[in-house]
Amino acid sequence: MTETVVPRKTYVAVWAVLMCLTALTGAVSFINLGEWSTVVAIAIACGKATLVIAFFMHLRYEKQRIIWVWATVSAVWLTILFLLTMNDYLTRGFLRVPGK
Amino acid sequence: MATTGQLEVTGYDDFINAKSGIKSWLFTTDHKRIALLYLTSITFMFFIGALFALIIRLELLTPKGDLVQADTYNKMFTMHGLVMIFFFLIPSIPAVLGNFLIPLMIGAKDVAFPKLNLLSWYIYDVGAIMFIYTILTGGLDTGWTFYTPLSTSFVTSSVVVGALAIFVVGFSSILTSLNFIVTVHRLRAPGMTWGRLPLFVWASYATAVIIVLGTPLIAISMALVALERIFGIGFFDPLLGGDPLLFQHLFWFYSHPAVYVMILPGMGVISEIMTCFSRKRVFGYKSMALAILGIAVFGFLVWAHHMFVAGISVYSALVFSFLSYLVAVPSAIKVFNWTATMYRGSVYLLTPMLYALAFIGLFTIGGMTGLFLASLGIDVHVTDTYFVVAHFHYIMVGGMVTAFMGGMHFWWPKISGRMYPEGWGKVAAAIMFIGFNLTFFPQFILGYVGMNRRYWEYASQFQVLNVLSTAGASVLGIGYLLPLGYFAWSLRYGARAGNNPWNAAGLEWTVPSPPATHNFDVTPVVTSEAYDYDQLPKDIVVPREASVVGE
Amino acid sequence: MSESSQASAWSVREALDRDSLHEQYAEHDQQRESAKLGMWVFLATEVMFFGGMITGYIAYRDAYPAAFRAGSVHMLFMAGTLNTAILISASLFVALAVHAAQLGERKTLVWFLSIAMFLGVCFLSIKGYEYYEHWVDHKVPGPSFQWDGPDPRHAEMFFVLYFFLTGFHALHMVIGVSILAFIVYFAARGRYTPEYHNPVENAALYWHFVDIVWIFLYPMLYLIGHKHV
Repeated sequence: MTETVVPRKTYVAVWAVLMCLTALTGAVSFINLGEWSTVVAIAIACGKATLVIAFFMHLRYEKQRIIWVWATVSAVWLTILFLLTMNDYLTRGFLRVPGK
Repeated sequence: MATTGQLEVTGYDDFINAKSGIKSWLFTTDHKRIALLYLTSITFMFFIGALFALIIRLELLTPKGDLVQADTYNKMFTMHGLVMIFFFLIPSIPAVLGNFLIPLMIGAKDVAFPKLNLLSWYIYDVGAIMFIYTILTGGLDTGWTFYTPLSTSFVTSSVVVGALAIFVVGFSSILTSLNFIVTVHRLRAPGMTWGRLPLFVWASYATAVIIVLGTPLIAISMALVALERIFGIGFFDPLLGGDPLLFQHLFWFYSHPAVYVMILPGMGVISEIMTCFSRKRVFGYKSMALAILGIAVFGFLVWAHHMFVAGISVYSALVFSFLSYLVAVPSAIKVFNWTATMYRGSVYLLTPMLYALAFIGLFTIGGMTGLFLASLGIDVHVTDTYFVVAHFHYIMVGGMVTAFMGGMHFWWPKISGRMYPEGWGKVAAAIMFIGFNLTFFPQFILGYVGMNRRYWEYASQFQVLNVLSTAGASVLGIGYLLPLGYFAWSLRYGARAGNNPWNAAGLEWTVPSPPATHNFDVTPVVTSEAYDYDQLPKDIVVPREASVVGE
Repeated sequence: MSESSQASAWSVREALDRDSLHEQYAEHDQQRESAKLGMWVFLATEVMFFGGMITGYIAYRDAYPAAFRAGSVHMLFMAGTLNTAILISASLFVALAVHAAQLGERKTLVWFLSIAMFLGVCFLSIKGYEYYEHWVDHKVPGPSFQWDGPDPRHAEMFFVLYFFLTGFHALHMVIGVSILAFIVYFAARGRYTPEYHNPVENAALYWHFVDIVWIFLYPMLYLIGHKHV
C-alpha cells in the first residue's frame, strides 16, 4: 500500500488550530473594524479551509498531481465567476453613459 | 461462411451478440452498449425537437400569425431550443461517440466507472421523461433561456418541472464527464502518452472539463427558479430587490461554455476524419491540442456577450466584447490547421470527408458571424433578430450536427460491422448541405434587415426569404432522414466492414468490427504518434457488397 | 492464532482484495487513484454549485449592505458558532476514521464514523432549532415575514439568502450523514481492508467539503453585523 498514513497527532493538532481560528473569527466580529471586518473574516475562513483541504483531505500528501490541479482549478474558476460578475455590478455608472 | 443478407454469429463474442435479451442491454456496464442506448434516446428526442422546428417554420411561411396562437408559438421555440440543446446537442457526440470510442482509442477495457456510466443514461432518461411531461401538460413558454422574472413570477406554464428536467439532464452530463476525465487520466494503455492521444480524445476531455465546471451553474439557476416558483419567494424576486441580471449572469456562465461543449467534440471528430481522408498526419498537433484547451478556458470568460443590451455596465460590456474576440482565435487556428492537413494530402471525397468539408465551411461562416455579434455596435443592431438565430444554427447545425453525421458515417463500420451504402451517403450529404444553406442563409439577411426572433408574425416584406427558409428546412429534413434509412438497411444488407475499412490510424481500428465486449484481448503497447499515416497503406479501398458466391 | 485459521483469515482477505479489483483496472493502486480523482472532480462541481449562490450573496450584499448587516444581527450567534465547532470536530473524527481504515482497525473505524454521524445529526438538530426560532420570530421570508426597521424588503432578501444557503448546505449534510451510514454498515461487516477502503476515503472527502462550505457560510451569515460589546 502506497498511501501516506498521517499520524493521529497531526489531525488533532489541525483540529485544535481550527477551533482556535473559529473562536478568533467569532471574537473579532464583535470589534468594529469597518471595511476590514469582511477582509479579516474571509481571510480566516480561507485559512481554515486551507487547513481542512491540506490535512483532512490529504492534499498535502497527495501523490496525484492532477488532484492538486483540480483543487486549484476549482478555486480559480470560482474566482472567475465572482470577479467577472462583480465587474458588471461594481462598474455600473463608471463610464457616465446614461442608464448604464 | 453464410452469404450477406443474414445476421450471422461471428467467431468471437462481439459486444452486440455477446449477451442477448433486453435485460442484458438495460443492465449493461459495457460502454459500447451504453453508447447505443444513448443513441436511441437522443435520436428520439431529436425527432421531438424537429417537430417543434417544423411547426415554427410552417407558422413563418406567412407574415400573419395564423397557424398557432401567439402563446403556443412561444412554446414552440422554447421547447425546440430546450430539447435540441439539452437533450440532443450536448449529449450527442460525447455520450454516443465518446462513450463508444474513448476506451478503445486509449487502449482501455472500459471507462473508469462503468456503473456510473449506465446510471448517467438512466438519469438522462428521467430528465427526458420529465421534459416530455412538461410538453404534455401544456409546455414551456419562457424561451429556452428561462429569464426571470418572467419565468419566476409571470408565466403559468410548467416551469418547475421543466427547470428540474434541465437540472436532472445536466447531472447526467456531469457524470459522463467525470467518467471521461478519470478514464483519460488513469486508464491509458502503456505508451499512450498525452502527446499521442487522438485529438478526438483531447476534445472530449476538454469538453468534459467544461461540463464539470459549468453545468453546476445551470443546475443552481434552474433550482433557484424552481424554488422561487414553489415558495413564491426567492433570489430573483423584484419586490425584494432581486436583480434579473443576476439570473442572467448565472445562467450564461454555463450556457456560453455550453456552446463550446457542443462544438468541441465535433471538432474532435473532424480531426479524425480529416487526417484519415487526407492520408496525412494532422498539421500542428500541438497547436491543435492547445487550441482545444484554449477554447475551453476562454469560453468561460465571455458569457455576458449575451447580455450586451440587458443592462450590464458599458465598461463590463467592453471587457466581454474584447474577450469574445479572443475566443475566436483558437477556433481559427483549428480551421487553418485542418486546411493545412489537406494540403499535399491524398484527399478521398468519401461521405465522412464530405461532412468534414461541409463543417469547415459552415463553421467558418458561423464563427465569423459570431465576431459580428461580439462587436458591440453591430450587436446592438442585430441582437434578438434572426441574425443571431442564423449565427448559432450555422455553428450548431452546420457545425455540430454535420460533424455528428460525419462521425456516425466514419465509425459506423466499427460500431455495426457493416458498411453503409457509399452512393446514398454522398447523396444525403449533398441534400443536407443544400437544405441547410437554403434554410439558414436567408435568416442572416432577415435578421440584418430587422426581422425579430421569437415573434410569431413579421412584416410582409420578409415573406420571400421566410418561404425559402421553410423550403430549405424540408430539404434538410430529407437529408437527415436518409441516413436513418440506409443505416438501418446496412445492418442487414451492408457489406461486412472488417477491422479497418478506411485504413485509418487509431487503436479503435486495430480491433474487430464490432469490437469484442472487453475491447482488447491483450492491452496494447503504444509506440507511434497519433496520426501515423506514413505507416499505413496510402489508399483506401472501401469494402463493397460481397458477391453471392464465397466471401 | 492457529495456523489453519490464520491461513483462512488471509485467504478471506485475498478474496476480498481480488473481488474488489474491477476488470478495467490493472491493479488496486490504479483503482484507488481513479476513485479518488473521481471524487475530487465531483467536488469541483459542488464548489461551482455553491459558488452560484454565493455570487448572488456577494452581489446583493454589495447592493444592500445596511440591510444585510441588520439581518445578520438576528442570527443566533451561539448556535452558529457551536455548529461550526461541531462540524470541525466531526471532520476530525472522519479523518481519524480514514486513518483507522488505512491501518485495518475495524472497530475504531466504525466507532469514529458513528461519532461523526452523531455530530452531524447534532448539527442538523441545532439548525432545525434555529429555523424554528426564526419562524417564531417572523423572520422566514414570505407572507409571515415581519421587520421593524428600515429597508424591510432588502432585509427579507438577506433571509432568503440565509435559508437557501443553509438549506442547500443542510441537504448536503443529510446526504453526507446518509453516506456515512452506508459506510458504517459495510465497515462493520469487514468490507474494508488496508488495500481497499476507497469508499471510506471518498466519503471522507465529501464530508470535509461540506464542512468547508460551512466554514465560509458562518462568517458570511453570522458575523457581518457589528455587535458592540
